[in-house]
Order: sequence, then C-alpha cells, then structure tokens
Amino acid sequence: MGLEAKLTQDGFITTTVDALAGWARKNSVWPMPMGISCCAIEMMAVGDPKYDIARFGSEVMRFTPRQCDLMIVAGTVTYKMSHVVRKIYDQMPDPKFVIAMGACTSSGGMYRSYSVVQGIDQFLPVDIYLAGCPPRPDNLLNALIQIQEKIGRSRVKDFPDKKLPELTVLQSN
Amino acid sequence: MDLKEFIPQKLREKIPDILFKENVYRDELTITFDKQNIQPVCKFLKEDPELEFLLCEDITAVDWAKRTNRFTVVYHIFSLKLKTRLCLKCDVDESDCKIDTVTSVWRTANWHEREVFDMYGIRFNNHPDLRRIYMPEYFEYHPLRKDFPLMGIPGSLSLPKK
Repeated sequence: MGLEAKLTQDGFITTTVDALAGWARKNSVWPMPMGISCCAIEMMAVGDPKYDIARFGSEVMRFTPRQCDLMIVAGTVTYKMSHVVRKIYDQMPDPKFVIAMGACTSSGGMYRSYSVVQGIDQFLPVDIYLAGCPPRPDNLLNALIQIQEKIGRSRVKDFPDKKLPELTVLQSN
Repeated sequence: MDLKEFIPQKLREKIPDILFKENVYRDELTITFDKQNIQPVCKFLKEDPELEFLLCEDITAVDWAKRTNRFTVVYHIFSLKLKTRLCLKCDVDESDCKIDTVTSVWRTANWHEREVFDMYGIRFNNHPDLRRIYMPEYFEYHPLRKDFPLMGIPGSLSLPKK
C-alpha cells in the first residue's frame, strides 16, 4: 500500500472522511453470533485456525449485542424465537448488518411447518442471504467479504443519528 | 416364564376387576384398557416388587381423526428390574377429552403430559401445572391434531414488528 513510505516522506496523507471511516469500519466488523442451531457449528469453524475469520478483522465475537455491528443469524428461527432475535437486533448500535446464514434462516429451509418463520426477512432487514444447509465456512467468509464491500461503499451520511426504537417487553405470562 | 405372559398374568391376579387387552407385536407387549383405570394400573406396575416399572420413558398420543374414540394416549414405560419395555394404551374420545394424570406415580410425567396437552388438547385431571410447553401461551390450537393445517393458521402466531 506504500503507507509507510508516504508517512515517512510527507508526514501526512489526504483522504476523505467517508473513505477513512469506511476503511476503519469494514476491517473491524464485530459479529454477534446468533447461533440457534446446526449452522452455528459451521460458524464456530470459521473462528478456528483453518478458516480463521481473524484474517478479516472479525474475530471479536461478542456475546452482547451492544458491542456488535454484524448479526449472523445461524439456524432455524421459530416464531417463538423470532421475538428474541428481534430484541437482540434492536439492542445493536447503528450501523448494523445482518447475514441470514443457511437455508432455514433465509427461507424456512426444510422446515416447511407451522412453527418456523419462513425467512427472517419477515421481521429483520437482511443484507446477505447465504445458501447451504449448512453453508461451508468459506461461504460465510465470502458473505463477510461482501458485507465489507458494502460497508466500504457506504458514506457517513448514510447513517444519521437515529432515535432507537422503543423496546417492547415480551409478555412472559 | 416369558415376560410377555408373566406381566398380563400378574395383572389378572393382582387387579382382577380391571379388564384389559394384551397384544404382542414385534416382541413388544402392549396393554389396552379403559381410561378410568390408568392411575391404579400405573401405580401397580410401578410399585409391585416383581415388576418395578420405575421409568416412564414417554407419554404421547395418536389422533385417529374420524374414529369414534378419536385419541389414544400411549405410555411407554421401562422396568430396570426386568429389563423390558411395556406400552400402555387408553382411548379418549373428543367429547370427553380428559384422562387422569399419572404425575403422582411418575413425576417425569408432568412435562410429557404438558406436551400431549399442547399438541393434542387432551386435558389431564389433577395435573399440578397443565400449561402449554412448546407453543406460546396465547396460541389457540393444537398443532398435531389431524385437522390442523401443516403451515398453521395465518395470524395465529405473532411476529415482531419490522
């Protein structure tokens, strides 16, 4: 990249805020591992040394939504679980992105049934749909790269300060 | 003596006023009787020192849709002493969709019976905590009944707002 040479030569670089913010954002995507069923096993494989999600700056799997930018919904989402998924998504700070990992999450998959939501796009804005049952770890990395490209293309003004939606407490009965 | 003969014979001797039918299929013994006898039979099978059916493996039901006695409640129990399984069956009609609980015999029956109630709508008399176990509490239907559509009833389960 020649950044070192540039810095030693001139001592400064010129860029835009958008480019700098985009570059910083896309190389430090912190995922929220929303592992619900078997896709979560492949998601774990992505963290191991063979596939190594750390190469893309996303090794920091946070188990609190408040520190995450990217939600990887990995597994079958039932109607009962959908409220929990949405509640966690609502707690993530903007800008945030969603990967629908696997057939179940994208379309209900083989669970064509009364209890399974036929695609999480019915209650979440999805950025990437990932094919596979479950998808290979390489495929998840590919999805992450595409999310990075999407973040790289984004402008700072795309994410104005928003009022957070009011969280509704689920009736626990 | 073969266990398939021993268990029915034992039942006939010890609780002679309870009528039952026995059936052996694929080396497994099934006993069918009236639903009002479920508690005494289970209590006997568990507490008799020669039988000791201590383990209630599963309780489930069958929906026969158009039959007179629409449901059959099925109990799978296991004896650690005899190392054998036993299947108990009781017919329950839709007009009187109730059967006595066996929670007092096997405590594990609590959740099994809640599942049967959730999926088939069969009520269990004197159950300590008869609530739905899988479906949300506000759900109005019983999904494993034959007249329940595979994809459910639109609007019966809520989704979060987008």
